[in-house]
This record gives sequence, structure tokens and C-alpha cells, in this order.
Amino acid sequence: MGIRFILMVNKQGQTRLAQYYEWLTLEERRALEGEIVRKCLARNEQQCSFVEHRNYKIVYRRYASLFFLVGVDNDENELAILEFIHLLVEAMDRHFGNVCELDIMFHLEKAHFMLEEMVMNGCIVETSKANILTPVQLLEKTS
Amino acid sequence: MGSQGGFYQSKEFLDLVKSIGEARSKAEEDRIVLNEIETLKRRISEPDIPKRKMKEYIIRLVYIEMLGHDASFGYIHAVKMTHDDSLLVKRTGYLAVTLFLNEDHDLIILIVNTIQKDLKSDNYLVVCAALNAVCKLINEETIPAVLPQAMELLAHPKEAVRKKAIMALHRFYQKSPSSVSHLVSNFRKRLCDNDPGVMGATLCPLFELIARDVNSYKDLVISFVSILKQVAERRLSKAYDYHQMPAPFIQIKLLKILALLGSGDKQASENMYTVVGDIFRKCDSSSNIGNAVLYECICCVSSIYPNPKLLESAADVISRFLKSDSHNLKYMGIDALGRLIKISPEIAEQHQLAVIDCLEDPDDTLKRKTFELLYKMTKSTNVEVIVDRMIDYMISINDNHYKTEIASRCVELAEQFAPSNQWFIQTMNRVFEHAGDLVNIKVAHNLMRLIAEGFGEDDDNADTKLRSSAVESYLRILGEPKLPSVFLQVICWVLGEYGTADGMFSASDITGKLCDVAEAYSNDETVKAYATTALMKIYAFEIAARRKVDMLPECQSLMEELLASHSTDLQQRAYELQAVIGLDAHAVACIMPSDASCEDIEVDRDLSFLNDYIQEAIEKGAQPYIPESERSGMLNISNFRNQDHHEASSHGLRFEAYELPKPAVQSRIPQTLIASTEIVPVPEPMYPRESYQTTMPSIPSDAGSAELKLRLEGVQKKWGRSTYTPATSTSNSTSQKTVNGTSQGDGASTVSSMRETYDSRKPQVEVSHEKQKLAASLFGGSSKTEKSPATGHKAAKASSHVVEKSHVPKSSLEVASEKATPAQQPPDLLDLGEPTATSTALQLDPFKQLEGLLDATEVASAVNGAPAASRSPDIMALYADTAAGIHNKNDADLLSGLSNPSVTNMPGTTAMPQVTQSSSKGPNPKDSLEKDALVRQMGVNPSSQNPNLFKDLLG
Repeated sequence: MGIRFILMVNKQGQTRLAQYYEWLTLEERRALEGEIVRKCLARNEQQCSFVEHRNYKIVYRRYASLFFLVGVDNDENELAILEFIHLLVEAMDRHFGNVCELDIMFHLEKAHFMLEEMVMNGCIVETSKANILTPVQLLEKTS
Repeated sequence: MGSQGGFYQSKEFLDLVKSIGEARSKAEEDRIVLNEIETLKRRISEPDIPKRKMKEYIIRLVYIEMLGHDASFGYIHAVKMTHDDSLLVKRTGYLAVTLFLNEDHDLIILIVNTIQKDLKSDNYLVVCAALNAVCKLINEETIPAVLPQAMELLAHPKEAVRKKAIMALHRFYQKSPSSVSHLVSNFRKRLCDNDPGVMGATLCPLFELIARDVNSYKDLVISFVSILKQVAERRLSKAYDYHQMPAPFIQIKLLKILALLGSGDKQASENMYTVVGDIFRKCDSSSNIGNAVLYECICCVSSIYPNPKLLESAADVISRFLKSDSHNLKYMGIDALGRLIKISPEIAEQHQLAVIDCLEDPDDTLKRKTFELLYKMTKSTNVEVIVDRMIDYMISINDNHYKTEIASRCVELAEQFAPSNQWFIQTMNRVFEHAGDLVNIKVAHNLMRLIAEGFGEDDDNADTKLRSSAVESYLRILGEPKLPSVFLQVICWVLGEYGTADGMFSASDITGKLCDVAEAYSNDETVKAYATTALMKIYAFEIAARRKVDMLPECQSLMEELLASHSTDLQQRAYELQAVIGLDAHAVACIMPSDASCEDIEVDRDLSFLNDYIQEAIEKGAQPYIPESERSGMLNISNFRNQDHHEASSHGLRFEAYELPKPAVQSRIPQTLIASTEIVPVPEPMYPRESYQTTMPSIPSDAGSAELKLRLEGVQKKWGRSTYTPATSTSNSTSQKTVNGTSQGDGASTVSSMRETYDSRKPQVEVSHEKQKLAASLFGGSSKTEKSPATGHKAAKASSHVVEKSHVPKSSLEVASEKATPAQQPPDLLDLGEPTATSTALQLDPFKQLEGLLDATEVASAVNGAPAASRSPDIMALYADTAAGIHNKNDADLLSGLSNPSVTNMPGTTAMPQVTQSSSKGPNPKDSLEKDALVRQMGVNPSSQNPNLFKDLLG
């Protein structure tokens, strides 16, 4: 399984993107997001980018005002997940050009499409930026 | 916004996003969303909505759900959208349904048909969209509907489709392994796909398969090793490079797989040594991703059959992690250390001060990780310090989940390594006092058993002392307000059994305290029941000793209250107490023998003692008993009743016979086994387990007997005796003794050896005295500078050794593997990358090559990938510059610089806030102008309420 969910949340705790790889009800998602966002936002930059939460871990990374939170199983390589987040941001940056929070908000579906290329069944399946972006670019062209 | 295409957005949508983006509070956001729900409910069911408009509505629905509100009114429209001809609309529809619906939702059945159709499409992007949906929406029942088509796609000419088809098969395997058991060979086949993306994706399902059944995949070791070798030698397409590392995510997955395959298998492991050693040497230790790969190497090395050289490399990396300033690396280092000490316990010693630093760090994550490490390295010499620290920490946190975990670990360690009974009791008291309601009831039962049986030494005196000290400490603790129920039960039981045993306390002292407990916790019936039974025992012992019994007035009023209690259990106990007090000394001594909790109970299953009575009754003309099976005509009724009894048996009287007490033998064997083989024995999981009976032989220690004991508890309540301990427990205590005995023996020898090393070294480095003391108690000696140069020297010598030697075996092994690989694999795998370029590079020293790459401009373009040079001084280029700059510094700086993401990769909020404004939007000036104009036209601008929205993420 590996990755359980990927969240993008801004400094105010507002969700900007949420993708779950195991089913949670709306209430469960709400509760979980509230809980872990509070936990992660309370930490400072010197502390680890990892937080244990119940029986899994959250690896998070901050870019400007936006936090990227990835929930992973306990046996996952935290540093690798941290770099996976960066890869995602680099991919979005290449596509949007100096990506900012607003780009993700205006193009929520595109951000999701990129994630769909990178992660399936909670596993990282694609790490080549070209392969991640090609389908999105083709979508733009054909429609 | 560069190319608009079908991604056209209306003013309405932009306004919505703008208002959500600028919402200052959750309440404001909720208001906006509720308003939006009302609007959409009206609009979405209007007839003839244009496609584009509908797509936008669906994305607005996604927003509603993402922000925590129900959008189920619109699900059906998302489902409809998946039927659309337009690829973008269709894919958005699929995206929305995968976000909205779980696999068991009723609407899925409407989508399966569309998926089937789309899987056959000529447009590979449509097929991909459908496969994405398959991975999210197909459940066990719908697998057959799409399975044949998905399998055909495994041979699709487009690599993107093959990759997703493999993941669909993976999903089917996860949902229902049996439905695809005949297809798992496809994973092996796709491992040799000539597209690295497909190969990389296939590693995910293979990892899962191998984790479940290692032995069936041992033949793949050579293939995995060869793939890893090629990846590490940069033979994959450059597109997979990440921060100058060749396909690091694939390397990590491969290392994970090798760790599984090589675990406990010397032959398989030997195939891996060279490639893992190569990665250790080649890996860029200055970047996060390089360290991620190195960490995975350590995990692999500590899992496979040990190899001294690799262990040494691993230890070097760990010490670098621990010395780093980055908390992330320290965390990884502590984790890695925990893995490695299983194989070479001695390496912990050289890092003791670093470990203590982490333990005292304010960062909770790091602290917990360190406790995990300490838990793994606990032995009888350091158990006191470690458990003390753990309990202190346990008291300081509020997180119940973790509190429970750490409490059960404390109990486990205390039970295993307790240096003295006194300490054990005190430790358990602290755990119970602060986390009593969180620990499993079994822990309480264990504690009672331990106090009753003593530690197994044949020294009655010691046992008596143990009990006295327990009684004494409990009488003291009872003064504290608000004790957890479980703890009170233990206290009552111990006071009842042993309160008056040593003559220190009189019966009225103890009964007074017990009455206080019953009164203070009058809402807790279990505690009251325990207290009543304890009172009965005290009085019984008094009567048996032929002393005069004066019931305290508060005790009498308690009894009166209980005789009229709503709880029949309490009532019965009270009546029994009354009855016992009325009996003579001899009878009481028979019913309630003193200190008999450990006596074996022989159950007379035939009830032969009633024979005389029955005989007499029959002679007087009573009907003889007819066994149930022989009763004709009443069969149905008796069956029915029988069922009834079964249902009631869990909380009522049992009418069928108890099973034979077999576990006595069974539980003993696994326990001794565990004690001798495991390094970190985990005698008893602290969580309630449902599977006792089925897994009994494999469950270590006394799970079996505890189960028996628990059942007797039910009986005990009914018959008013809380002193029964199952017969098996005696066997337990003896094996307990062996556990303690061996570990203590070990402990003693380590102590003496540690002392020697400790004395022989003189401290030269200024380390705070307290820390040293802690280190000494944890590790049995403090690391002295005299030692560290010694180990450093050794390490240096060894590593130079490695370097010298490595050239020879490398080349020979290359030949060997080249000989081996063509036979094992189709040639296409060998052609993964641009072989001409890399094969020449191979002759060069990889480090030299790296250095050459580290030219600032090259790095900038490599990091950006895009034409960075064309971009005027934007932040991305700046970022690349700093990264490159750091690359060029020497090793020590590199570590501290790059490993700390906050320094390099996270944009400082203060750095260049002006430049990050919208003026630099878009990949080129024209785009950025367009983007800027658009957002301004909508009234969203950087100076408005939430300027953060415009900040470049990559800064």
C-alpha cells in the first residue's frame, strides 16, 4: 500500500487538494484533516518533517504558504517520500511555470491528473516528469 | 494561463475560487460553500447544460466535498460525464467519480459498462482514464467484468497503458487474490518490459507478492540485482534522474525487494553484496534523495545475511546521519541504528551521546523514535533507566494512542528484565497509576499472578517480602485521588490475599481501607466486587486463625447497601460474605484456605462426591437422571435450550464441560523457545487478541493459560472465590524463572565487561556530567575520545581497505554478471537507456564524473529541466544556483546544508517576496503577461486579501 493519502493544505489549514488511496467517509476525512493539519502546522522548521499519527506516519513539506502532507505506512522510507513531494512540486512547476497556490486552485483537475500518473493503488508508479506531464499536455491539445 | 484549450473557466468559477482562496476563517469558507451548494443544486439539473459548463459544475462539486461538505446530489451527473465523447470531459468525470464514490457505492454499476467500453477504445488516453477508474472503483464482484479486457491491455503497444494495466491487475490482486491467482505470472513478465516505467511500476505488486511468499520468487534475485546494477550505473533514460541520482525511487523499491529476498538466505544475499556495496560508494550523500537511497541500503543490509564490509559501510552512514544537524537525518539515523543493532549490538555504544541528545530533543517525533530504539536495546543492565524515562515521558503526553503503546512496552520490559521484585512492583504501580485505564486487563492479571507466585525462585522468604512491599505500597497509593479501575482491582485483590499475611497490618486497618475504596468508587461495580471479595477473605482468614471478628460499622453499612444492590453479582458476594462470617473456623478454613491462590484446582468432572446423595434420593423413589442424548421426544426442545445456553455461556453459568487443560504443556514450549532465540523477545502482545485459540501454539508465553484463567474468572464471580489460578500457571512460573535467570546471567557478564572498558578510558571531551551518567547507565559506559579515534582509525583503515580491494572484485564481478544476465533476461532490458553514452562513462571514475557534472550552469539546467537560461533571474534559477553552490562545498558543509530542507528547498518567506509576485507568472514572458492580465481582470491581485495565493511554491 505505502501511501494512504496526499493532502495540500495552506497555512490557514484550508484544504487545497485531497487524494485518498483508502476509502474514508466525509466525516472521517474531515476529522483526520483537522487533526493532522493541526499537528503539522504546530511544528517549526527545525523539527523533523515527519509526524507519527496513530498507526501511520505523515511526511510533510512546506512550499511558501502551502503544506504538502503525505500519509504513509510505517515501513515507508520517509526521506524518499519527502523527495517524492518535491518531485510533484517540480512537475507542477514545469507545467504551470512558477507554480503557486492559485494555479492549483484554478486547475484542481490538472493537479489531480498529474497525481494520477504518479501514484496508483498507493504506490509510486511514475517518476519521470516527461511521462507525468505528457498526458496532461495531450489533454490540453485535444480539447 | 498558457494554453487555455478545453480548460476554459467561467468568471463565476474564478470568482468562487477567488472567494474560497481569500476566506479568512473556516466559518467564512463554510458560508461560501453552503451558498455554492444551493446554487449548484438549482443549476445542475437544468436541461441542456453545455459540456464545458457541466465539467465546471463537477469541479465545483469536487471543491464542495474537498472542503468537507456533502455533494451527493451531484454524483449522478459525474457518472453521466464519464459517458461523454470529449476526452477531457470524460477524464474529469472519471476523476470526480473516483473522488466521490467508494467501490461499494450503488452508482458504480452504471460506470462499469462505460469502463468496459472505454477499455476497448482506440485512443490510448481514454484507455488510461478507464484504467485509472478501474484501480479505484472495481471491487471483488465487478472484477470479472473488466478482467479479460484489462489483461489484453498488458500487451498494449503504448507503455503508459501497459503500466496502468499492470496496476489494475495489482488492484485485483489486492481486492481478491484468488480471482487473479492464475495471472500473477504476468508480473514477472512485465518486469522485463523494455520500458523502464512499466518495469518500475511492476516492482510495486512484486514487492507485495514477495512479502507474502518469499520462496516462490528466489529465482528472481539475479534479475533484480542485475536491474539494480543497471539503474545504479545510469543505464536508464535520463528522464528518470532526480537531482543527479539515477532513478532513485526505482532503486529504493528494488532495495526493499532485495531485503525481503535476502532475509535469512545466505546464498541469495551473496548475490546482492556487490551491488549494494557499489551503491553505498556511489551514492551522493549530500542530497536528501541520496540519503534516502543510503537509508534503504542500510535497511537492506540489516535484513539480508550479514556481511561485515556492508555492515561497516552502514555504520559509517549511520554515524554521519546522527552527527548531522538536520533532524530528518537524525531521525533516519536513529531508525537505522535500531535496525542495525539487531545484528551488531556493539555499534550503539559509539553513538550513545547522539542518542541521548535525540532523547532529550524537544521534537516529539525524534523522541519517540529514540524510545523505540531504546526499547529494542533494553537489557537487564539498563532496564531501570530506560523504563523510568519511558514512564516519565508517558506521563507527560496526552496522546492516548501512544500512551497505550508506551505503557504496554514498559510493562513488557519490566516483566522481562526486572532486576528486583521491589522495582517491578514500583514500576507497575507507576504505569497503572498514570495509564491504568489504557493498559490491557491482562497486564493486571499478570501482575496479580506474579505477586501470588513470586518470581519463581524457591525462596519463600523473598516472595513474602515481595508481597509485604506490595501491600505497603498499595496502602500508601490508596491515599491518592482518582485511581484507574484496573489498578484498584489489583490493589483490592492483593490486599485481600496478603493484607494481613505478615502481621504488619491488622484486619481492621485493611478492611477499613477496602471499605473506603468501595465507597469512593461507588460507581465502579467491578472495583466494588473486588473489594467485597477481599473483605470476605480478610474475615475468613481472621476466623480461621480463631481471632475475634469485629465488623467495622462502615463495613456493615456497606454490606447492607450491597445486599440490596441492583447488581446481582454484588448481592451474591454480600450474601456469601454474610454466610462465611456465620461459619465456624474449620469450615471457613476449608472454603477459604489462606494463601492458596496458587494451589492447583482439581475439578471432579463426574461430581462423584454427590454419589451418596443421589443413591439416597433414588432409594427414596426419585427418578434417575437420563442423559440428554437418551431423552427421546424432547430432542428439539433440548436442542433449543442447548443453543440458548451457548449464547448465554459468555456471561452466565456454563453447562457444558470445560476443555481438558492441555495448554499447560503447549504454552511452556514456545516460551522457552522464545527466550532462547529472539534477541528482543516479545512475550505477550498487549492488545486483546481474538485468535488465542487458533494460534495458541505459536503465541509465546502464557497466552494460553491467561485464556484459561480468564474463563475461570467468570466462574470465580459466580462461586465467590477470586483465588483460583489455573493449574498451568505453575509451569509458567518456572519458565519465567529461566527467562529471568538467563537474562540476568547475561546482564552480570555485560556489567563486568563494561566496567572494564569504562575504567580503562579517561574522559577528554567536555560532555555534561549528567549526560555521561545517563549514557553510562544506558550503554554501560560512556564513549570517550580515546575510543573514538580508535574506532575512527579502524573505520578509516577498513574503508581504505574497501577502496583498494574494490577494483579487483568489481571488474571480475562485472564479467560474471555480464555472463549471467543475458541468460536470465531478454536483451531489451539491457537497452534501457542511452548505452553508448553511459558505457564509455562507465570506464571513468563515477566520482570524477559527478564532479564534472557539478558545474553550476549544468546543474541549473538539470534541476530545472526546462530552458532555465531563457528565464530572466527568476526564483527557480536562484534555487538551482544555491543548490549548485552547496554541491560544490566540501562534504561536511554539504551535509548540513542540503540535508536541511528548510535551508535550501523551502523558500524563506522573507526572501524576495516582491519578485514572487505575478509579474513572473508563466513559463515565458508572454504567458506570464496573459496570466497576470487574467487574474487582474477577475479582481484577484497580489495586493488583495491573501497575497500568499501568488507565492511561487518553489520560490
